[in-house]
Amino acid sequence: MRYKLLTAALAATAALQFAGPAAATDLEVTHWWTSGGEAAAVAELAKAFDATGNHWVDGAIAGSGGTARPIMISRITGGDPMGATQFNHGRQAEELVQAGLMRDLTDVATKGKWTEVVRPKSLLDSCTIDGKIYCVPVNIHSWQWLWLSNEAFEKAGVPMPKDWNEFVAAAPALEKAGIIPLAVGGQAWQSSGAFDVLLAAVGGTDTFLKVYKDKDAKFAAGPEVAKVFKAADDARKMAKNTNVQDWNQATNLVITGKAGGQIMGDWAQGEFQVAGKTAGKDYTCLPGLGLNEVIATGGDAFYFPVLKDADKSKAQDVLAETLLDPKTQVAFNLKKGSLPVRGDVDLNAANDCMKKGLAILAKGAVIPWTDQLLSQDTQKQKEDLFAEFFAKPELTVEEAQKRFADLIASAD
Amino acid sequence: MLPALRMQGRERTALTQPADEMSKSERPNPLFRNLNAKVASIPMILTAVVVFVGGTLWTVLYSFTNSKLLPRLNFVGLDQYYRLWATPRWLISIENLLIYGAISLVFSLVIGFLLAALLDQKIRFEDTFRTIFLYPFALSFIVTGLVWQWLLNPDFGIQHVVRDLGWTSFSFDPLYNSSIVIYGISIAALWQGTGLIMCLMLAGLRGIDEDIWKAARVDGIPMWKTYLFIVIPMMRPVFITTLVIIASGIVKVYDLVVAQTSGGPGIASEVPAKYVYDYMFFAQNLGQGFAASTMMLLSVVIVIVPWAYLEFGGRKRV
Repeated sequence: MRYKLLTAALAATAALQFAGPAAATDLEVTHWWTSGGEAAAVAELAKAFDATGNHWVDGAIAGSGGTARPIMISRITGGDPMGATQFNHGRQAEELVQAGLMRDLTDVATKGKWTEVVRPKSLLDSCTIDGKIYCVPVNIHSWQWLWLSNEAFEKAGVPMPKDWNEFVAAAPALEKAGIIPLAVGGQAWQSSGAFDVLLAAVGGTDTFLKVYKDKDAKFAAGPEVAKVFKAADDARKMAKNTNVQDWNQATNLVITGKAGGQIMGDWAQGEFQVAGKTAGKDYTCLPGLGLNEVIATGGDAFYFPVLKDADKSKAQDVLAETLLDPKTQVAFNLKKGSLPVRGDVDLNAANDCMKKGLAILAKGAVIPWTDQLLSQDTQKQKEDLFAEFFAKPELTVEEAQKRFADLIASAD
Repeated sequence: MLPALRMQGRERTALTQPADEMSKSERPNPLFRNLNAKVASIPMILTAVVVFVGGTLWTVLYSFTNSKLLPRLNFVGLDQYYRLWATPRWLISIENLLIYGAISLVFSLVIGFLLAALLDQKIRFEDTFRTIFLYPFALSFIVTGLVWQWLLNPDFGIQHVVRDLGWTSFSFDPLYNSSIVIYGISIAALWQGTGLIMCLMLAGLRGIDEDIWKAARVDGIPMWKTYLFIVIPMMRPVFITTLVIIASGIVKVYDLVVAQTSGGPGIASEVPAKYVYDYMFFAQNLGQGFAASTMMLLSVVIVIVPWAYLEFGGRKRV
């Protein structure tokens, strides 16, 4: 963590030196991108913004989104807004927008023809409230990936699995070789996210939407979802020896071959890249766990709080344009391991896994993600449930499903 | 009363009252007694009323609303409380608080008093020992938590050291075991807190008159009996102060848990203060957070009110 902070700080100082002419306007940008791959990506954004003659003041907040968001929100509601801030687009900033604390970007969007270039359309939809656009999506992050360590499977002497079921079947062999079959970090959002991925992969797209979009509690208590809980039960048994907290520590177990695999979003790919690993040779990725090849269009977006200073407001417009600039999009997303939000950019430099993602995106096999479908309140309750489920073997599958159905019944 | 103040009072009465009533107004209005002191305490009174009482009432009021990210006066009755008491995580938090509270109360009093009594035996290097025992208190709970997180980590803490010494089946990983994790947290809290309790107790012991000891010795009362039946009852005020300090530490425990386990494994080491924080800021559900904090306040009130009544209500203090 220390090292990552340092990297972020270095990136910030590097950005300082690029500062343009005297007319430059300082704009503080807060975000929670502090791991190695993330810091490298955010430095690209800073470089692009500084090239416009303005100055990116880096406000990285270490921890994770869960730590950073309360700080960002209390700064905005407390009357000390930053120039721009990251959120996951969807419902995290919904109330801030409704309270009139965020800038309406519709003019910039019309000028840049965002409605035509941003793909898939659902991204811009989740930035839109009452017909006005309030945020700039910068990337598409999908959770639906299973990252496998080639080394671990070689050591255990089993062939690389092609989907989740084969992976579960290979688990005993991995355990015998002293390898943790599945790495799941101790933080609540990781176990909760893993379940959501299983819901979409094992249950299928319709099941996923019926539970989280229609919030059908009866269905959530039914046999379709019971199958998913069975899979989650497999997952927690495979993960029981993971003694790490952070997601990147868990990814590191896969990178070093101490764990067989990890269910994690495509941001894990940045870590593989920083470690100098090659997709296909050192690690293998299975979108949709190899069962249901869809990707969710969650991701990161920048919101711009309303500022009094006219110069800063102008700089906000420039930043909004810069973020969607094709060149920035490519440079940023290659480092970040995420997919660009524009369909018209050239991504030949992308690696195997990203290309798989792009192909799925081109087919249009996309689903909305929980950030867009559920309120933070429901998300938190879900996290509490799955944190308990993964850590406590005594909590039975039936009991957990019952509590899950109750949660869906009261979800908003 | 200060002479200057009395002068002021006289002048005022001289100005406002007819001269023949002057003798009657010799006794000033009680409201103006100690006027300087009263004026000086206005800022603190305002702080207490506006920030503490006002903030508390505001929180209780909004706990009956369905406020999400921003406070809104949209009343929903007791819904937030029904939901709170149906939430497994809250129930676990309460249970943990009770266990943690019982442990810290009993052990910090017992260990603190024993250490103080031992130090009180006119031993050599007393200052050195006192410093050593009090030192952990200089660390914040966050630092304490991190240190003990490492010590209790099975891969490079105590378990690892003992296994390296040859006992390969030795197992000690309280922070990774749901059923005993709260005891692991209590160990760190005791390590940090008993030093202070020891100092308070030592101060109390030093306050006991030497003659009492002599008298007890003359009567042939054994030392442990002297402590138990004479000294401890005489230290009642010190015990009450200590009790208040320990109890407030128990109810507000938060940072220690965050640093050691962040509530894990799963939700096995959650505490009420963390529930409040998580639901107010992570879940963006102020109403639920306020309801939980109101319940915390209520638990404090239930403890404090009967005690305050017994202490101050029944009889006049001498």
